[in-house]
Parts: sequence; C-alpha cells; structure tokens
Amino acid sequence: MAKGLDAQARQGYALIAPPFLYALLILAAPLLTILTYSFLTDGYLEVVRDFTLANYVQVWTDPIVRTVMMRSLTVSALVTLVTVLLAFPVAYYVSFMVRPEKKATWLFLITIPFWTSYLIRVFLWKVILGYNGVINSSLTGLGIIDEPLTFILYNVNSIVITLAHAYAPFAILPIFVALEKIDRSLLEAGRDLGESRAMTFWRVTLPLAMPGVLAAVLIVFIPTIGDYVTPELIGGGKIPMIANLIQVQMLALDNRPLGSALAVTAMAIVALVSVVFLFINRRFLKVRL
Amino acid sequence: MSETRYDRLDAATPMIECRGVHKHYGDYHALRGIDLTIRAGEFFSLLGPSGCGKTTLLRTIAGFEDISDGAILIDEKRMDEVPANKRPTNMVFQSYAIFPHLTVAQNVAFGLRRDPRGKAEKAALVEDALAMVGLRGYGNRAAHALSGGQRQRVALARALILKPKVLLLDEPLSALDRKMREQMQVELIKLQRQVGITFVLVTHDQEEALVMSDRIAVMFEGEIAQLDGPEALYARPANRRVADFIGVMNFLPARILGEKDGIVTAEAPGLGVVDLPARQVSRANPDDDGPTIGFRPETMTLVGPNQTHSQPRETNATIDEVVYYGDMTYYDLRLDGAAAMDGKARPVRISMRNVFGRDVQDVGTRTRLAWSPGSLVLFR
Repeated sequence: MAKGLDAQARQGYALIAPPFLYALLILAAPLLTILTYSFLTDGYLEVVRDFTLANYVQVWTDPIVRTVMMRSLTVSALVTLVTVLLAFPVAYYVSFMVRPEKKATWLFLITIPFWTSYLIRVFLWKVILGYNGVINSSLTGLGIIDEPLTFILYNVNSIVITLAHAYAPFAILPIFVALEKIDRSLLEAGRDLGESRAMTFWRVTLPLAMPGVLAAVLIVFIPTIGDYVTPELIGGGKIPMIANLIQVQMLALDNRPLGSALAVTAMAIVALVSVVFLFINRRFLKVRL
Repeated sequence: MSETRYDRLDAATPMIECRGVHKHYGDYHALRGIDLTIRAGEFFSLLGPSGCGKTTLLRTIAGFEDISDGAILIDEKRMDEVPANKRPTNMVFQSYAIFPHLTVAQNVAFGLRRDPRGKAEKAALVEDALAMVGLRGYGNRAAHALSGGQRQRVALARALILKPKVLLLDEPLSALDRKMREQMQVELIKLQRQVGITFVLVTHDQEEALVMSDRIAVMFEGEIAQLDGPEALYARPANRRVADFIGVMNFLPARILGEKDGIVTAEAPGLGVVDLPARQVSRANPDDDGPTIGFRPETMTLVGPNQTHSQPRETNATIDEVVYYGDMTYYDLRLDGAAAMDGKARPVRISMRNVFGRDVQDVGTRTRLAWSPGSLVLFR
C-alpha cells in the first residue's frame, strides 16, 4: 500500500515538474533578482554590489512615491468596486435568468473583448473618450453640450472606466461559477421560511456567492494596481501610477536598485491589502456547498 | 372495517382544498383536475410513480408553482394571490435545503427573523425545536458536518418552529438508507401526533405511504386514481393499476357469469366459480381487455399433505419457483386448470411466513392451496 502511494506521489511530482521548473525560471528567479537589486547601491548605469537600505528609505520617505502609491491604491479600489458591482448583475442574469442551454453562448459572448489585444482596446477607449472623441463629438453634434467634456480623458475617471471594462470578464466568471453552485432549493427554502425575494437574496444568495465575489475582487484588484498601459495612454502620462514610476526608475533613469525597491514595496502592499481583505471576509470562505 | 384515526378527525375542518386544479407546462398537462380535501390534523400522502404530478401538486400548495386553472384553499382562504412566503405552509425539501453558510441553530432560526420575541426567547425556541427532533446540543455545529439523517431533522425543526398550519414533505426519506428510513418513518408519525399539524407527504414508496398515512391519494398521469385509507387502498384497490402499484397482486382473467342482488358470480381459471359481494368488485381501468380477478400473495396458504385448514376453498397447484427471504418465502405456483382457458401459463405468487415448524417447500412439489373468496377482488 505504502509503495503504491509512493509510486503515485512520484507520478504526481513528475507531472508537475516541468511547469514547476518553468515557474521557477520565469517567476522566482526575476523576483529574487529584483529583491537583491533593491538592497544594492546605484552606481549610475550600473549596479554596485554594496548592501544598503537607502533605496527603501528613499521610497518610504519620498512624498511623490507616497502620492503615486496612494493614487494606485485608490484607482485599483475604484476599478474593483465598479467592476464587481457591474459584473454581479451580469453573472446573476446568466446564472439565474438564462436558460441552461444558452449559458455557454452567453459566456462566450462575455469573453469577446479578449479577442482583441489589450493595447488596442485601451486605444479604442481613448478614441471614444477623447477631446474630439466619439462621446464628445456626438454630444456636441446633438447640441447637448457646447464644449467637449474634459472630465472623461486624461484623468482618474477615464482610467477607471477603461480598466473596469478590461477586467469585467475576470470578475463575471468567478461570480458566475459561485452562483451556479448554489442549490436552487435553498432559494425556495428561503421563500418558504417567510422571506421575500429581496431578503432571500440578501440572506441566502449573496452570502453563498461571496467566495466568487472575493475571488473577483482579488483578480481585479491585484493586476490593476500594477497596470502600466492605461495610465500611460488614457491618463496621458500626467497621472502616473506605481508601474509608471517603476518604469521611469528602471529604464528612463536607469536606477535599478530604486526601481526594484519600489517594485518590492508595491508587491508587499498589495500582498498585505489582499491578506487583510481575505482575513476580514474569512467567514465567507469556510462555506462548503 | 374498524374506525380509523382519520374518521375521528373533525370532518368539519378542511385544511387544504383543491378544486379542479389544473397545471400546464406548455403542451404538458401535469395536473388534470385535482379535487381533494385534506382535513386538519391529518397525515396525508400523495403517492405515485415519478412524473405522476404528485410533486407538482405539493409545489402548487406551497406556492412555488402557479396553477393554470382551479383553486387551492388553505384553512378556507384562497391562495391564488398569496406568494409562497406568505402561505401558512412550510416545506421539508427532498434535498433538505439546509443553508450551508449557517450553523444548525441559525438554520432553525432562519424563519424567526421577523418574530418580535427577544433573542434569548428565540434561542430557547430553537433549542426546544432541536430537542423535539432529537438534536439537542447540536446548535453550534456547521451544517455541512451533519449526516443525511441529521440534515433531515434540522429541516424538520426549521419548518416546525414556525408552527405552520400545514407541513409539506417532498420525498423526505428517499435519500436515507433503509434502516434510517424505517426509523424516521416511526419518528415522523410520532412527531405528527405530538404537534397535531397537518402533514402532506409526497412519496413514490407505497410501503412508506401505507406505514405513515391516515389517507393516501394515489396519482397517475396528473389525476387521482384513488383516495382512501391505507387498509382500504390495499384490500380494495379501485382498479388494476392501483392494485399493481400498491404491493403485489396476482391477476387472473375472469368471466362474469351473472349478477343478482349486488352479488356478482364470476369464474376464473384455477379458482373456479365464486360469488363476490359489491364491496369486492372494483371498476377496472378503461384500457383493460376484460374482467380480472386479483388476490394478494398473503391471502392464500400452502397446505401440507396431512394438514387440515379452515378455509372454504382449496386448489391444487405445482411449485415452480421458491424465493427465500429469511422471514418470508415466496412461491410461484401453477394452479391446476389455470391454463384451461387459452393455454397460457399464469403463475401466481404466494407468500408464507417462515414460522417455527413450517418447512420451506421444494420446486416441483405438488401442493394444496387454501383460500377464501372473501380475499378476492374483481375488476370489471
């Protein structure tokens, strides 16, 4: 018996070994490099191998870094909020209202935005939101506004709109899966025990969908914090987020130790926020359906 | 027949009335004019094969399905416009529908949210309800840590704590193993007597319906085929289909020889000529090809060569098959003369209790069968 298990375990390890090595190569090795760089000294165009904490001191005291980091967190939080709030009704509709044989079609439709490159989609948003873009020229053409709207491009609003659209499928799918897993007789039980549809949603559907909502929050929040393209294009480079700052340090100023310290700091903050978020919502994760 | 518990229930207080209830799903006619009155305090069963409409009927009473035509009254109030959450009914679901994100106590207290009583009082109610179903002290357990039988009990406590006028049970025992099921049957009967609430049970298990119910409605294809107490249903089925569905019944083709003063004289191959009073004569299914005489396996007795018996009739037979069940033995027999009519062999099944001193007979043995015309039913 023990021998059989060993063979099975060996087989398992053999199976995961190639992706594990690959992950080690492309994830762990660069991470370690970044971590090492962050403790070394910048020697203009080269990295001097002297241990120092100066990079972190600079990162943690620089008011610009603080502003940009706070902006990144705010934008990500806003994007997450908007995306999840908009994704939930869509997921709910597909799970509860769409006939079972049509669900696959709906999921297929939801993934259509992925057919074009992320970059092109961001550009298209620029075309839609721009000073002479689709929205402004339509509204001026219809005589609804005299001057083009300026609050929809090159600011935080436009970044939020673009990112919320880009990440919508990532939020819809986990929520949909969680809703699909809910035994429909639980909803009837809620009604049977005297609750209205709205209260049944609040007391049964929503708590049971929470694992999906939490997954959606993390899936949207974590990558948007590090988004580089959208602030660059939609924000017009005037409202950098943390990724843009890292890019400037790493490439434009060639200060790799400082860029690395920024990257490690951003990663630590994201990890901390995620862990705290999961801890606050831990009771929703214990549910077994 | 003796007075049953149903007869003692107050006939003047109908709890549920279905009047000409129809339900259509598109082209499918699920309920075809159900007329039914269930009395207050009754343990009532809807029995039938899958797809007969019994669950649909239960769900229309609960308010989960609209009816296409007719009316449903609960406690003399029309339920047409009353949504499920406002009806004086509670349901035990087939899957139990225990909320997985709540503890046992939170599940049981789910329906008490709008109850004006205080927290401590509600906690005491929950503990009482759990004690009633034999789960005292289980309140803090997580719902997913419960066994099937315990989930069933939580579902019962959760419904009964609200003191509904009617408790609806949708195949509540079908997911349990045999031992557990038999135990729960007895407990449900006791519980129903204790709380005095009208129970409506949906089941496809005829034995379960017979054990538990005061009255049973047997349903086929969206219609009630027979509504009777368990004994009447078993002894005097309204037609062959009901007879076949409830327990085992042997059928022999019959010829009607005459009818006088309500007594029908009929002849069946192997049984000879019998006089049957009106109460033993049932209306057959319209699609039947002719009159049939039926009898239950336990109403006839195998008699050994030197044994005597007190039955009025006796038939010779040959044992074709013996099936031994421990407490019972089933014999498949060929009655002498059974094939006389058209040459078809018509085996009949007889059951004998394996009491001390009675040997199990061998295949091929010639034997005598003692019986009484009083145990026959004629379907015509």
